[in-house]
Amino acid sequence: MIAKEDIPFLPRGVRLHFDKVRDQWVLLAPERAVTLDQVGQAILSELDGIRSFGTITEDLASRYNAPAEEIAKDTGGFLGALLDRRFLELRQ
Amino acid sequence: MNARPPIAMLAELTHRCPLSCPYCSNPIELARIDSELDTETWKRVFREAAEIGVLQLHLSGGEPASRRDLTELVAAAREAGLYTNLITSGIGLTERRLRELDEAGLDHIQLSLQGTDAAMADEIGGYRGGFDRKMQVAGWIKDIGFPLTLNAVMHRRNLHQLPRSIELAVEMGARRIEVATVQFHGWALKNRDTLMPTMEQARETDAIVTEARKRLKGVLVIDYVPADYHSDYPKRCMGGWATTGLNVTPDGEVLPCHAAQTIPHLQFDNVRDNHLRDIWYDGSAFNAYRGTDWMQEPCQSCDRKLKDFGGCRCQAMAIVGDAAATDPVCIKSPHHGALQVQADAHAHSDRKDLVHRTAPGKPIPEPAE
Ligand code: SF4
Ligand code: SF4
Repeated sequence: MIAKEDIPFLPRGVRLHFDKVRDQWVLLAPERAVTLDQVGQAILSELDGIRSFGTITEDLASRYNAPAEEIAKDTGGFLGALLDRRFLELRQ
Repeated sequence: MNARPPIAMLAELTHRCPLSCPYCSNPIELARIDSELDTETWKRVFREAAEIGVLQLHLSGGEPASRRDLTELVAAAREAGLYTNLITSGIGLTERRLRELDEAGLDHIQLSLQGTDAAMADEIGGYRGGFDRKMQVAGWIKDIGFPLTLNAVMHRRNLHQLPRSIELAVEMGARRIEVATVQFHGWALKNRDTLMPTMEQARETDAIVTEARKRLKGVLVIDYVPADYHSDYPKRCMGGWATTGLNVTPDGEVLPCHAAQTIPHLQFDNVRDNHLRDIWYDGSAFNAYRGTDWMQEPCQSCDRKLKDFGGCRCQAMAIVGDAAATDPVCIKSPHHGALQVQADAHAHSDRKDLVHRTAPGKPIPEPAE
């Protein structure tokens, strides 16, 4: 579970990449290339290593005019899966 | 033929290697140093790869550190927009060289592990002092902060070291470990009597991996290649022939998989003569087993045919003598029973000796069949 205060970031060796040939965003990681949909790409491009999970989800909620709780739940699920695969890290 | 762009390319920069593992995936006929592609040609190939959609570049060998231009090649690959992964035994890397690779933008390192102590690792690798050196290299990798995958190649001789291999990966700060049971191609075929795991070992390994995955969730990702001959269904080799990846040999031949040269009727194009795009889409070797039209029974009418694409073509060639046959690992293959008997005989052989691979240009040892 990712807490509100946690600061999520992409560790070294994991990066966003625009794939020109397939015209889509991908997350490049060791031995993996994960295709990102618009939501995934929107979430990951918010990670700046400064803002906390809570702040990011509130920003997303106001930008997309969606309930903050719902955004936190979806974003948490998406990032949690990346965390399990070691494509994401957290700092306090 | 309707093919999608490739995702990954394995660049075998050289067949030279200080080690001589008895399961080395390099072909029996190793490419000589004077036939290796030069720096500029590799750089062009990297650019062509990126142009046709390759995202991941695996720099492999032999030992890629045997190439003096490795850093320059990494920089060129990054510039072309590729994710760069160095597949190495660690031998030939100094701290200084690692720092240069860091500056060149190397994304990730995959370090091979032959055993968890010097006695085992140096016997398997055939290189005394190799284990100690590897541990030193692992320390530098950690200091610099490269993301690391430990690639533990497992077989009957070292499977008892699996729990320690997993521990070692955690100690080294690796994010991933590949628990790769030896695949019997190339040099490994000469060592089946010594390396073939027993059925009991294979099942115990399944259990160790399952337990460790649970315990180390979020700490260490475990990718597992189970023992092939002891499975009911074959592996989806290369993600499906000519669907996902390609291999370039040290002298520039482009292969649909690293063992494809063992299929005698295939003809391979060379990057010296053709653009990778033409080779990927129109090359005869790529189209030979692309899709499902080439399949025979029982694959042709099987509901798993898009799942595993009939397994490994090279294994069908090696064991059944027909590259278009169903992989004999498959329970539906008429050769499955014979293969199981054969695997069991290899697994219970008393042999402990190893046929190590040779160096490029050296005579090939005959296995005592
Ligand atoms: S398997 Fe062993 S001998 Fe073959 S390239 Fe790798 S380290 Fe070298
Ligand atoms: S019969 Fe062919 S397609 Fe079906 S499971 Fe076996 S190898 Fe796969």
